[in-house]
Amino acid sequence: MAKTADVIIIGSGIIGCATAYYLAKKGRTVIVLDQNDTVGNGGSARNGGGVRQSGRDKRELPLMMFGIKYLWQNLSEELGTDVEYMQKGNLRLGKTEEHLRILSRLAENARACGLDVSMVSGAEAREICPYLSDEVIGASWCPTDGHANPLTTTLGYYKNARRLGVQFYTGESVTALRKYQGKIRYVVTQNQVFEAQQVLVAAGYESREILKSVGIDIPMSKLLLETLVTEAQPPMFYQMLGTATADFYGHQSKHGSFVFGGSSGLEAVRRDFASDASTNLTASYISRAIIRYFPVLSDVKIVRTWAGWIDECVDGVPVLSDTPEVPGLVIACGFTGHGFGIGPAAGYVLAQLLAEETPSVDLSAFRYDRFRAKF
Amino acid sequence: MKEHENLRVKPIQWHSEPDDDLIICRCEEITKGEIRKAVCDGMVTIKEIRRYLRTGMGLCQGQTCGKLVKGIVAKELGVKPDDLEPATGRAPVRPVEMQVLGKESEE
Ligand SMILES: Cc1cc2nc3c(=O)[nH]c(=O)nc-3n(C[C@H](O)[C@H](O)[C@H](O)COP(=O)(O)OP(=O)(O)OC[C@H]3O[C@@H](n4cnc5c(N)ncnc54)[C@H](O)[C@@H]3O)c2cc1C
Repeated sequence: MAKTADVIIIGSGIIGCATAYYLAKKGRTVIVLDQNDTVGNGGSARNGGGVRQSGRDKRELPLMMFGIKYLWQNLSEELGTDVEYMQKGNLRLGKTEEHLRILSRLAENARACGLDVSMVSGAEAREICPYLSDEVIGASWCPTDGHANPLTTTLGYYKNARRLGVQFYTGESVTALRKYQGKIRYVVTQNQVFEAQQVLVAAGYESREILKSVGIDIPMSKLLLETLVTEAQPPMFYQMLGTATADFYGHQSKHGSFVFGGSSGLEAVRRDFASDASTNLTASYISRAIIRYFPVLSDVKIVRTWAGWIDECVDGVPVLSDTPEVPGLVIACGFTGHGFGIGPAAGYVLAQLLAEETPSVDLSAFRYDRFRAKF
Repeated sequence: MKEHENLRVKPIQWHSEPDDDLIICRCEEITKGEIRKAVCDGMVTIKEIRRYLRTGMGLCQGQTCGKLVKGIVAKELGVKPDDLEPATGRAPVRPVEMQVLGKESEE
């Protein structure tokens, strides 16, 4: 079995799988390595499915808008897999004047980048989504936002990459990268050594440990986010929902269940950074937050809760970058809890970067060497 | 688990079987044929099957079909059912209303 390829990708999340797929379409040979036995078992299988532009940092918006315009629309068809993409808009809800100020500022930033986001009154928000509580006094509204199914999206990319000949090795934990004559060449796992001219590190927070072996560091922290899902309900509303203060976010899936996520605010001071078990606080907290905005959901039953790590970059946007000091190495990490929606676009431009084509979207805001001390 | 992992690289050829229409996961109405097809498409762990097809994601959370699904996947891969990791159980064990779960911190 060949242990060499044009490109080795470390990490089989949405970023690794999407990049592998787009590279295979360009005729490159690709090996994907993941330490887990299951493909895409990191954040990519655990996220809330938000595919949104509004609320994003403006450095990230052009790439996200590219994905919405050119990739998400036809993704189910392209992958022969129902990724359940629904483009029914995003309401970010506010209950106080302060909330509305936050939302207006975000909306203004987004409009400056050419995104259609407007402020609507409480009554207008209730016209869009009649189930909202009367406490909501206003919202921002982005009609081109939406959501999708992260499980079928990630596995859909995997299935098609595999069909095009990409070789996936699971249960292969990468311990180090090695150079040969100044360029990247070997990827060492606990079992064996793989060889390629180019390597993409897309291993979430763990990218940090891997990159240490070639003297590169990306300043990120590791935080656990939590999610819950309800029993299936009759169709109620399909907008993506969020709030000014990020109390919770979520949507009703195609299948009928609601998927909601949120954070308690205590993530950074978690005692145990080894286990990814849900805490006993967060699902309860998320439930309380939801009921305040959607009293109608009080009696809906929760069937499952889970948690997943995010790789929070110190300045809030990812690194998508080649590294002149290690020719052949490309880095994609630090997605900061919103790497699913941008995943297809990120995979698309990373494949261009690896194929030495000019990326469709300028990536200079995502350089790996942009981080500076305070002064 | 080394052997069946290689199946990610070496594709399994699809062939239909007479009982492919049999419903295996009743909550989500997923048939034996759909499960066997997913294995051919590269879904070789119980987690992958579950996430790709929704087997065991309905109201009973796999308490009824878990074993059956495992047997079908194992047979398709040519491994013993016990070689396959079970899907992770998730809290709450029984469905609970949002307002009940949300009351945890009331004085
Ligand atoms: C609860 C939660 C909710 C979220 N909600 C949203 C949302 O609504 N919208 C949105 O856009 N994003 C959301 N996100 C973020 C999103 O899930 C991630 O940004 C995205 O999945 C990142 O994809 P990835 O491929 O970079 O990382 P991952 O999916 O985490 O993949 C990294 C992979 O690298 C592998 N790996 C790690 N170390 C090694 C090693 N040493 N050797 C080999 N392999 C290794 C891991 O096993 C893993 O499979 C959420 C995340 C969480 C946890």
